[in-house]
Amino acid sequence: MNATALPIPENLERFPELHRALDAQAAIAEANRCLFCFDAPCTAACPTHIEVPRFIKKIATGNLRGAAKTILDANVLGLSCSRVCPVDVLCEGTCVMSRYNKKPVEIGRLQRYAMDHYYAGGARISEARARGSGRVACIGGGPASLACAAELRRNGYAVTVFDNRPLPGGLNTYGVAEYKLRPSDSLREIEMIRGMGVEFRQAAVGAEISLEEMEREFDFIFAGVGLGAIERLGIPGEDLGGVIDALRFIARYKTSGDLAVGRRVIVIGGGNTAIDAANAARRLGAEEVHVFYRRGELEMPAFDSEYDHSKVEGVRFHWLAQPVEIVGRDGRAVAVKFAMTRLGEPDATGRRWPEAIAGSEFEQPCEMVIPALGQSRVTEILRSRGIELKGGLIVVERASGRTSNPKYYAGGDCVNGGREVVDAVADGKRAARAIIASMKPEAMRG
Amino acid sequence: MADLSTNFAGIRCPNPFWLASGPPTNSGEQVMRAFDAGWGGAVWKTIGEPIVNTSSRYASVDWNGHRMMGFSNIELISDRPIETNLREIAEVKKRYPKHAVIASLMVESKREAWHEIVKRAEDAGSDGLELNFGCPHGMSERGMGSAVGQVPDYTCMITEWAKEAARTPVLVKLTPNVTDIRVVARAAKRGGADGLSAINTINSITGIDLDTFTPRPNVGGLSAHGGYCGPAVKPIALHLVQQIAADAEVGIPISGIGGVATWREAAEFMLLGCTSVQVCTAAMHYGYRIVEDMIDGLSNWMDEKEFATVEDFRGLTLAKITEWKNLDLNYRILARINREKCIGCDLCYIACWDGAHQCIHLDGHAKPAEVEAASRARIAVTPIAKLDAPGETSGGTPTARVPRVDEAECVGCNLCWLVCPVPGCITMERVDTELPRESWEERTAAGGR
Ligand SMILES: Cc1cc2nc3c(=O)[nH]c(=O)nc-3n(C[C@H](O)[C@H](O)[C@H](O)COP(=O)(O)OP(=O)(O)OC[C@H]3O[C@@H](n4cnc5c(N)ncnc54)[C@H](O)[C@@H]3O)c2cc1C
Ligand SMILES: Cc1cc2nc3c(=O)[nH]c(=O)nc-3n(C[C@H](O)[C@H](O)[C@H](O)COP(=O)(O)O)c2cc1C
Ligand code: SF4
Ligand code: SF4
Ligand code: SF4
Repeated sequence: MNATALPIPENLERFPELHRALDAQAAIAEANRCLFCFDAPCTAACPTHIEVPRFIKKIATGNLRGAAKTILDANVLGLSCSRVCPVDVLCEGTCVMSRYNKKPVEIGRLQRYAMDHYYAGGARISEARARGSGRVACIGGGPASLACAAELRRNGYAVTVFDNRPLPGGLNTYGVAEYKLRPSDSLREIEMIRGMGVEFRQAAVGAEISLEEMEREFDFIFAGVGLGAIERLGIPGEDLGGVIDALRFIARYKTSGDLAVGRRVIVIGGGNTAIDAANAARRLGAEEVHVFYRRGELEMPAFDSEYDHSKVEGVRFHWLAQPVEIVGRDGRAVAVKFAMTRLGEPDATGRRWPEAIAGSEFEQPCEMVIPALGQSRVTEILRSRGIELKGGLIVVERASGRTSNPKYYAGGDCVNGGREVVDAVADGKRAARAIIASMKPEAMRG
Repeated sequence: MADLSTNFAGIRCPNPFWLASGPPTNSGEQVMRAFDAGWGGAVWKTIGEPIVNTSSRYASVDWNGHRMMGFSNIELISDRPIETNLREIAEVKKRYPKHAVIASLMVESKREAWHEIVKRAEDAGSDGLELNFGCPHGMSERGMGSAVGQVPDYTCMITEWAKEAARTPVLVKLTPNVTDIRVVARAAKRGGADGLSAINTINSITGIDLDTFTPRPNVGGLSAHGGYCGPAVKPIALHLVQQIAADAEVGIPISGIGGVATWREAAEFMLLGCTSVQVCTAAMHYGYRIVEDMIDGLSNWMDEKEFATVEDFRGLTLAKITEWKNLDLNYRILARINREKCIGCDLCYIACWDGAHQCIHLDGHAKPAEVEAASRARIAVTPIAKLDAPGETSGGTPTARVPRVDEAECVGCNLCWLVCPVPGCITMERVDTELPRESWEERTAAGGR
């Protein structure tokens, strides 16, 4: 695929952003609020350990180039992370300022400020630090692989990223809500990484190119395949017109302009994906958007910040209701039939399972249904290479990302079951460093 | 409510807050608005043969996002005709008889010139005169301002000339740009001065534009040294004021100037013996309205401290300043950290390690580099809400981040207390050494070190 001719559909700039940019004066005032903590807790809390006070002080002194470099050294996806990270449970959540009875320093927005400046200035990245010899393949073009590839490339190794979608970036390009991260920004990061010398190939590994072939061509293989499609509800009516799962829905609205939402939309699920889909439906013009979750408000896995924001968007939430059927007319969904639930005693994992209450069924009319359950697993292809899986996730040694097959490393959602972009980046970076450590002696021998 | 009325060498006014000679006192219209706002007095923008100013005259030092922590100017004296200034003084005095109007003067170093300007200013109705021997730029190149104030003999001589003609009190405004301000202050006293104003601005180069390499303020690609003032100069001004206030030979009232912006600085200058204070930069920054809190804050503080008049606390601090050799070497304090208040920034830790005596510790680590290495090696992940155990976000300061002072090693330097962002978190506490008071002077006299 030609890098410079990436199609960027027009409708992508449709919604206002969630966390707007800081202007220069505000950035400096905010930067000066930072105490410059020693062994800063915000740095420790960041999965990629960005030297937060260091880059913030550089903003304060007007050394924006240095600030950007500080961020990118730790986290090559510093741009997308500045927009998508749930900072209130990460860096900002540990900022000592909150114990000082003050607002935490706005680390995310300051990071965005430095990154915007860097990309506006042409995104020059320094050349590879060292000349390593060795070839590595990354399967999947999401944040985990991108971080792994960039770290290896910076150390001089040859890296090829294989992704099965038309555009690389994984969920950064196709998943994360657009009012947080625009696909164009995700693609800018990929261009920067491509500019470092990482090669990108569109291919479905396992189908178009086999793992055996890859093993012959590459010294190491990093699996950053993420998770798969949204799980099916397993109830009647799921294949009716007007039913579209949250990931397909989000990918469609992010990359094409032809998506019409109904007047009334029902979203089923209680995670961040459900909330992103519900917000998007509102913004695309749905008058009523109802989120139904089978447990209660307290059990909802979405971040508080996401939930609060969604209420501002006008999304309505309904608790303790699980779908039993999607009701259709003339092949299209017209309502969802729910049963009320009650929560049982906590099980071994501490979660309380919902039980349907007999005779409590009711119908909620709608024109569109968006199931947003968990995502399926796409790791099956790896089993044949002797890689241990557990519940469909790849088992790795935590600090290095090494799998049970020493030629393979893995990280990101396919290992952690689905966390955040920054966790995928941290996994990718750690794996790259472990791969470098195991290649170095060889390089010296050769 | 406390009585703020002030009598400065016979000049009476409702409060000790005067506007210093400068742009805020440039015209009658301004001074009247200032009196309406509450200022007790105004020293008129220096009057003399009108000058021509440069365009771009000011520059400032901003600090951590705060504007004008230090301020500098290359402006000269009044650019308006002497008659205009005097006519407006007369008008102000007519309308505001209870407020102090002091004419700041600067003319050629000729006896007749001084006699004439003194007479004219007094005829206009000014309550006193301030001889500007302090302006450190431009005017000094013409043999006036600090060119006079830097030479004790000239200072004495010109003060004498002014006094020969004056019926109202004469204040001499001193320049800080000398090695020993007391020598000039004594010369002014010898010349007959009734009071002193200190300090005028400090010679300075404010900063350099890193794109053009020209210092600020930029006048067509060049700059010249300016006079520095504003919050940054207060400690220097306080010291110079203390020097002359404590000098037995000087002994005349002082109007304190330099970095006064609120009642707090005013109280400080007065505790060092000043009878009034003057303000320029702060009024240029925020306008005349700042005087409201100066009056309110000072009188509330006086009520709290049970001072009925300004004379009740004037000079109280002078007795508390001595020479180093008299300080008690057996007085000991040490740092204590209040664990409840600590927010875990660890600034005290790194300050003591790198800038003091390596006696604040984070338990489990020997050196700063080990502390950082340990947290970088830790694997952090985003918690999944409701499923993962709550992280550091929720509770108080993690104990591992609360530092501990090794009291046996602490020398009581104050550094950690100064860097700690939380008030009352680190306290410097007295320890009883059970040794009698002993100064260096006493110790060396007794044969020790
Ligand atoms: C709707 C939604 C919203 C989200 N919002 C946020 C957010 O606001 N903030 C945040 O931090 N995180 C968010 N996340 C999570 C975040 O997107 C993921 O944690 C992150 O993208 C994981 O990166 P990854 O590289 O592991 O996987 P992915 O981003 O999933 O990338 C994997 C890539 O591998 C490709 N692939 C899979 N199998 C193969 C194969 N066999 N051959 C070739 N290619 C293959 C996939 O097509 C995909 O492009 C969100 C997730 C979703 C679903
Ligand atoms: C722009 C400007 C012009 C000044 N002009 C005069 C002046 O004409 N005569 C004078 O005696 N002092 C002049 N000064 C000095 C002030 O009166 C005052 O001594 C000095 O600024 C310190 O006080 P501050 O810290 O409150 O500003 C001027 C100061 C400034 C900033
Ligand atoms: S914890 Fe807050 S104050 Fe401390 S370094 Fe980080 S951002 Fe700055
Ligand atoms: S007072 Fe000085 S020596 Fe003592 S703990 Fe604080 S910084 Fe260290
Ligand atoms: S400087 Fe103060 S708040 Fe910060 S760690 Fe030390 S004692 Fe605690």
